[in-house]
Amino acid sequence: MATQNTPSSGDLPTQLLQALSIQSPLVSSEAFPAVPALEIKAALDRLASRSMITYQTIDKEEVILEPEAEQIAAQGSHEARVFEVVRQALEGLTIQELETTIGDKNVANVGRGRAFKEKWIGKGKDGKLVATVDSIKDTTQALLQQLKEGKSADASAVTDLKKRKLIKVQKVLNFKLEKGEKFALEMVKEETDLTSEMLASGAWKTANFKPYNFNALGADQDAGSLHPLNKVRHEFRQIFFEMGFEEMPTNKFVETGFWNFDTLFVPQQHPARDLQDTFFIADPKVGGKPEALVEGQDPEEYWQNVKEVHQNGKYGSIGYKYPWSADESLKLVLRTHTTSISTAMLYKLAAQKGPDGRPPPARYFSIDRVFRNETVDATHLAEFHQVEGVIADYGLTLGGLMEFMELFFAKMGITNLKFKPAYNPYTEPSMEIFSYHEGLGKLVEIGNSGMFRPEMLEPMGLPKDMRVFGWGLSLERPTMIKYKISNIRELLGHKVDLSFIKRNPAVRLEKE
Amino acid sequence: MPTISVDKYKLYEALGQKFTTEEFEDLCFEYGIELDEDTENEERPIVNGEQEPPQLKIEIPANRYDMLCFEGIALNLNIFRGRIPTPNYRVVAPKDEEQYVINVLPETAQVRPLIAGAVLRNVKFTKDRYESFISLQDKLHQNLARQRTLVSIGTHDLDTVQGPFTYEALPPRDIKFVPLNQTKEMNSEELMAFYEKDKHLGRYLHIIRDSPVYPVVYDKNKIVCSLPPIINGEHSKITLNTTNVFVEVTATDATKLEIVLDMVVTMFSEYAAEPFTVEPVKIVSDHNDSTRVTPSLRPRITSVEIDYLNSCTGLSESPESLAKLLSKMAYIAKPSDKDANILEVSIPATRPDVLHQCDVMEDLAVCWGYNNLPRTEPNRSATVGGPLLINKLGDIFRTEAAMAGWSEVMPLILCSHDENFAWLNRKDDGKTAIKLANPKTLEYQIVRTSLLPGLLKTIRENKSHSLPMKIFEVADVGLKDESLERRARNERHFAAAWCGRSSGFEIVHGLLDRLLLMLRTSFITREQAGKPDGYWIEELKEDTYFHGHAAAVHLRLNGKEQRIGEFGILHPSVLENFDLRQVSHFRNLYPVSTLEINLEVFL
Repeated sequence: MATQNTPSSGDLPTQLLQALSIQSPLVSSEAFPAVPALEIKAALDRLASRSMITYQTIDKEEVILEPEAEQIAAQGSHEARVFEVVRQALEGLTIQELETTIGDKNVANVGRGRAFKEKWIGKGKDGKLVATVDSIKDTTQALLQQLKEGKSADASAVTDLKKRKLIKVQKVLNFKLEKGEKFALEMVKEETDLTSEMLASGAWKTANFKPYNFNALGADQDAGSLHPLNKVRHEFRQIFFEMGFEEMPTNKFVETGFWNFDTLFVPQQHPARDLQDTFFIADPKVGGKPEALVEGQDPEEYWQNVKEVHQNGKYGSIGYKYPWSADESLKLVLRTHTTSISTAMLYKLAAQKGPDGRPPPARYFSIDRVFRNETVDATHLAEFHQVEGVIADYGLTLGGLMEFMELFFAKMGITNLKFKPAYNPYTEPSMEIFSYHEGLGKLVEIGNSGMFRPEMLEPMGLPKDMRVFGWGLSLERPTMIKYKISNIRELLGHKVDLSFIKRNPAVRLEKE
Repeated sequence: MPTISVDKYKLYEALGQKFTTEEFEDLCFEYGIELDEDTENEERPIVNGEQEPPQLKIEIPANRYDMLCFEGIALNLNIFRGRIPTPNYRVVAPKDEEQYVINVLPETAQVRPLIAGAVLRNVKFTKDRYESFISLQDKLHQNLARQRTLVSIGTHDLDTVQGPFTYEALPPRDIKFVPLNQTKEMNSEELMAFYEKDKHLGRYLHIIRDSPVYPVVYDKNKIVCSLPPIINGEHSKITLNTTNVFVEVTATDATKLEIVLDMVVTMFSEYAAEPFTVEPVKIVSDHNDSTRVTPSLRPRITSVEIDYLNSCTGLSESPESLAKLLSKMAYIAKPSDKDANILEVSIPATRPDVLHQCDVMEDLAVCWGYNNLPRTEPNRSATVGGPLLINKLGDIFRTEAAMAGWSEVMPLILCSHDENFAWLNRKDDGKTAIKLANPKTLEYQIVRTSLLPGLLKTIRENKSHSLPMKIFEVADVGLKDESLERRARNERHFAAAWCGRSSGFEIVHGLLDRLLLMLRTSFITREQAGKPDGYWIEELKEDTYFHGHAAAVHLRLNGKEQRIGEFGILHPSVLENFDLRQVSHFRNLYPVSTLEINLEVFL
């Protein structure tokens, strides 16, 4: 048997190796009973990682003797001690004398009861305690001694001892170790990496290399990264490019009420034009009347047409019939949508001539920041990104818009769309786009679409039979659904966690 | 969108069918309204010992004023489902025409110039109907009437007052009456003070408060019917026992005045002894040419092109079939005698949202069912796609910066004035920044003129992140520009910030070199012979930066020289201003270096 001394943990691997050189295989609890199992395991792992040893973990149940049981193992059971004392007293003993002789009231009382039960003692004529048999066999003591030595015992007897609260059973970690492939008496220095010096000196030929830990991650790349929202934006832009869309110049945060609302046939008393919803600008306060976007355009005519269609009606519309105010129209606002830019693009288109002398069909898109004077909460910020698409062509139908939406969203893996009639001041018909969301188990609105109203298009000079589809969605909402983000502030703004940006995977919208 | 609460089972009863929630949801979806909530299985409030019956909360599109009450929802859905025809709303002559007059005095032009009226005769109110009547007025006040600024409604028990009525405008002190649900008479000056703190009425006081005269509707005996748009008089209050209702509507907007009156009377004319009839009121208002009889309730007849209807929806239905379909949306349509391509469509007074034939076309699509419309190929013409050049340029900077190991951030464009100026030790010259007029918080005072505030706030919010932090942004700032139509323009910037144990000055400098190398712009010195294109840097003395450790970036492109940005170690006071003490690093300050350049010059 190896040493029973408690080795210091630093020496433990060496001690294990030495013990193993004498006896292999070896059981740790036998060779090093005093060393805590966790220390043993740490040492074994170090040795095993170098293939110097191999080991198996043995889960074992160990019986622990309670202090009372230790006493019984050493001195005998209470009943045996009572019997012995009574047997030796030829005259018999009174209960008082028994207690005094034994010197422990508890042992005397419990032992007396049990000895009676075992019929080892009885009461003599004078009421004194006398032995009724010549000798007894103290099985409890024998059993406990047996358990203390680590030997196994009859299961029902062990259960009985447990009930008597003499012993408890606990699990212990134990290891069976054997010499490994590279067994040696001492741990050798191991190289962790191949270096250029080792290549130069040839030391690599003889060096011992530490085995690679195949369960750990590799080194951090300290990589740069693009923002998750911009990554989703990139995917959307790709889809638009694939479908022949030209990106609109949305780099204009400030708009006049004219471009942001009036041209879109949003009446001047519409709630969207409230201070509650729109950021107005204090400096500069007032913008100019529309300017020509293409040479030869008459912006004054456009201005008058817009006024007419609101105030008195035009182009087959009865209009909103209210006094239209030029001052209201020239107020500057932070754009509430990028549709203001779509409008300007369509006004520009109206002046262009295709091969047939009419404005040519066009497809435009943009993804850019818009502003709402919202009270900030988990789903609302004062700024967000609007994804917007516009198709202008002759003879477009509602069925064509729905078919286009199916194609567009299919590229993001969203299929089986449903269309719901809706209201929007500048599109008629208007359709909310829904898709069945598996996770939520219901239809979820994913965007808005429609055909722009003639009251918006005809004042620009676009021909009556040119129809224009428009649709929009926020960039944040699908991104939040995709990445299961519930608070928009975790996605946009300065409160976003940099680690989230760095660890965010590639988008791949077509994959679930 | 307004949400209307209706008694679930009473609505189902009115619709002649019990629906499951899903069935009703589908009906709403098809029609274009939205079932927001069914309270059947919710905990419902107990009022006067009775639990509220299950409610359906239905969202109504903002332009459907005729669906803002139980009656309107039931009516329109019944028409849609073909259970009833469109009602024929009629204006019938009153018993005593003398009584049914409102004389308008010219002074009202100073404060609230317009009025209209009508009478609902022999109406039977129940508790539900009465509540719906009040609630409809409330919804109209909130939505179409823009919080009573444009229009306000007063309804009175006609049997408590006598016409002819007058609509006048008088100094506040001269108008005395007991306001609705009060017991004490007060003049309207006292009344304004009395309701100053009132949660409900307080918010309407501003509409007339500063006017020298307040509008008031009197009856023949000088009994105050109402002080629009604030409150009615107690005297003419409507109760469950009221049978004859006098409705007066005052306004600043003529179109909305007629719409509101039409809605109130059409919806509740259903309960008149003779359903769908209304008695008119003559408005005598010669001073502003508004003498007329209200309401008219006449449907508007319009011509709708059949080929337009069919071609937009992709259908090819006959005129007769189109007319039949349109009846589901309350239109009465018939093919024109004169033009085979024209459908004469009668639009009921309840549908003021119909402005153009496109509105009829949408309703046709709803009648057919959006999801049943024939699908057509969306690609009619080939177009060529392409990116906006400034975005393409921006993407070059974004990818190059990320490849150089920097992380992209997207802070907000709006910021506080201090963040943009004082905290960066910069002065506002009044000519640069776009300032907002009505922000709700200090966080949004101006459009940023620099990307630095957002980057520094991002560092501040990531205090537990390991160092160094290397972040960048490519985005627009906003600048005033009086020469442009919008008096402002955007400018695309690149900016980066380093925060670490060392200053990172050389690292942001190196990032600049790297990015410009990728744009084929070489490093030169200013005096370099032959004046080739390229960039150079010059020491910069600005308080944003630590002195001696900042540089301005100059560019000569096509012979034109300009300063395009700057970089440097931020002045320690800037770090303090932005509260950049790192929590995880014992609240120490760590140096920050930044780089910011204008990209537009490289277009």
